Amino acid sequence: MAYLNNTELLAHLSQSLGEKILNQEDTFGMLCIEVNRNEIVDIISNLKSDENLKMQFLTDLCGIHYPDNKGKELGVVYHLHSLENNIRLRLKTFFSIEDPTCPTLTSVFDAANWMERETFDFYGIQFQGHPDLRRILNMDSMDYHPMRKEYALEDETRTDKSDKFFGR
Amino acid sequence: MSEIEVKSAVPMTPYVGMSNETIDGEIATLNLGPTHPATHGIFQNVMKVDGERIISSEPTIGYIHRAFEKLAERRPFNQITTITDRLNYCSSPINNLGWIMTVEKLIGAEMPKRVDYMRVIIMELARIADHLVCNTVIGVDTGALTGFTYMFQEREKIYEMYEEVCGARLTTNIGRIGGFERDFSPAFITKLKAWLKEFPAKFDEFDRLLTRNRIFMDRVIKAGPITAEKALGYGFTGPNLRAAGVDFDVRVMNPYCSYQDFEFDIPVGQDGDTYDRFIVRQEEIRQSLRIIHQALDNMPAGNYFADVPDFYLPPKAEVYSSMEALIYHFKIVMGETPIPAGEVYHSVEGANGELGFYLVSDGGRTPYRLHFRRPCFIYYQAYPEMVVGSMLSDAILTMSSMNVIAGELDA
Repeated sequence: MAYLNNTELLAHLSQSLGEKILNQEDTFGMLCIEVNRNEIVDIISNLKSDENLKMQFLTDLCGIHYPDNKGKELGVVYHLHSLENNIRLRLKTFFSIEDPTCPTLTSVFDAANWMERETFDFYGIQFQGHPDLRRILNMDSMDYHPMRKEYALEDETRTDKSDKFFGR
Repeated sequence: MSEIEVKSAVPMTPYVGMSNETIDGEIATLNLGPTHPATHGIFQNVMKVDGERIISSEPTIGYIHRAFEKLAERRPFNQITTITDRLNYCSSPINNLGWIMTVEKLIGAEMPKRVDYMRVIIMELARIADHLVCNTVIGVDTGALTGFTYMFQEREKIYEMYEEVCGARLTTNIGRIGGFERDFSPAFITKLKAWLKEFPAKFDEFDRLLTRNRIFMDRVIKAGPITAEKALGYGFTGPNLRAAGVDFDVRVMNPYCSYQDFEFDIPVGQDGDTYDRFIVRQEEIRQSLRIIHQALDNMPAGNYFADVPDFYLPPKAEVYSSMEALIYHFKIVMGETPIPAGEVYHSVEGANGELGFYLVSDGGRTPYRLHFRRPCFIYYQAYPEMVVGSMLSDAILTMSSMNVIAGELDA
């Protein structure tokens, strides 16, 4: 059985999405596209129902934080997988940390439920329309979102573990 | 007797052979866990039960959350291997090698065939150890302790083999970026060959105890079923997905570590119930044995490490005598090796599903972002839907047959 390759997938995507693809790159064999957050759910549900692609499996969903990308600090990264065509696709969407909201994917994939709760827990991204958006791994009384980059892992006042001699 | 209204977070699945009528309309709240001997780990489920029938179940997770993803943002790449040990601690070597292969993909290191074959042997041993734990525990939860005690002796032998390779048993930290720390010792090969000879007979004995045992079959058939469609929606992978009838295995679909060289079958179930999950794992143990035999028989000659001096520690003797080796040694230990920037997703077939590593590197000494795709975190959310409407004792069986590992669940 002939599986799809990235070139065919990209051709297919450019045809169906066109202008909606803001950015695309091939990262270590996986096609990665960036789209707007308002369109993300539509795009993913269309990819899922598309007869030729059948991206029917949500492999992973996680958040990411780039404090230096002003206006696009927070992001959500989706990994989709078409088991029949044996091809994976990464989708990303970025938005401002001032407005950390993103539409929920739970209507398309049941699996998105806990993954979005985890992303909310660690990055504070509010998934709008999520049926049960609560913290999942951290305690409910926690009042910050620990995976954001402003929370350094170690106490920054410590001087005995300085990295300054090692460049990076 | 009246119909009661069933409220749960997810729609209820009709349970075969069960009446929807209440006994006396009295509903009790039951805390199953967090520390309960029947849950084999720290899992809490707040259940509403009517007699012994479960009306709703609300899992709480995170009791042993250790912030691995945050920790990883502070650690050099080779120090993250020890974190991965503690994800699925029933099959640590698969996690270790999965992570190491992710880094190798990022730096573009090609492994010699020998390294691949050595890794395949270790990973398949780990898969057998993990499946043995899961399947024997299904036996324990049905009241059959015998198989557990016998098969744990075999698992112990696998742990002794780990010890021969890496010195550790549980938190193995096996392998290095660029190969293995050392070659397989003759003692390991002897132990492996002896075990390969003895194990099948003992395993068959265990198989005869349970697989066609009428009492066991009556107990587990139709316990905690899930359809293929639901399983895909919930992100099931590994034996649980295959038990539901979907033949997806990362080893076949996206071969890594030379898995394409080996001949093995992928067992697929039909009903996605506890019995099918049990049978699929039993058969996978046999297939893993096949793979180990092939890898051992066709073990290529060559080095047990690749030529990546930037990442693979030089021999200690050279560090003391050669300037170049000393520099490499220093750079690796201090985490000063340049790492390319980029994003890589690599997945391996873990013992309980697709174990993925999403690594974002900005060229710094540590990952910018590392996300573990932990299979049981994703499929455990289907648990309420699978047990609602069934008996409490089936809920225990469903959990053990799903192979939910607390360390992986909570990361």
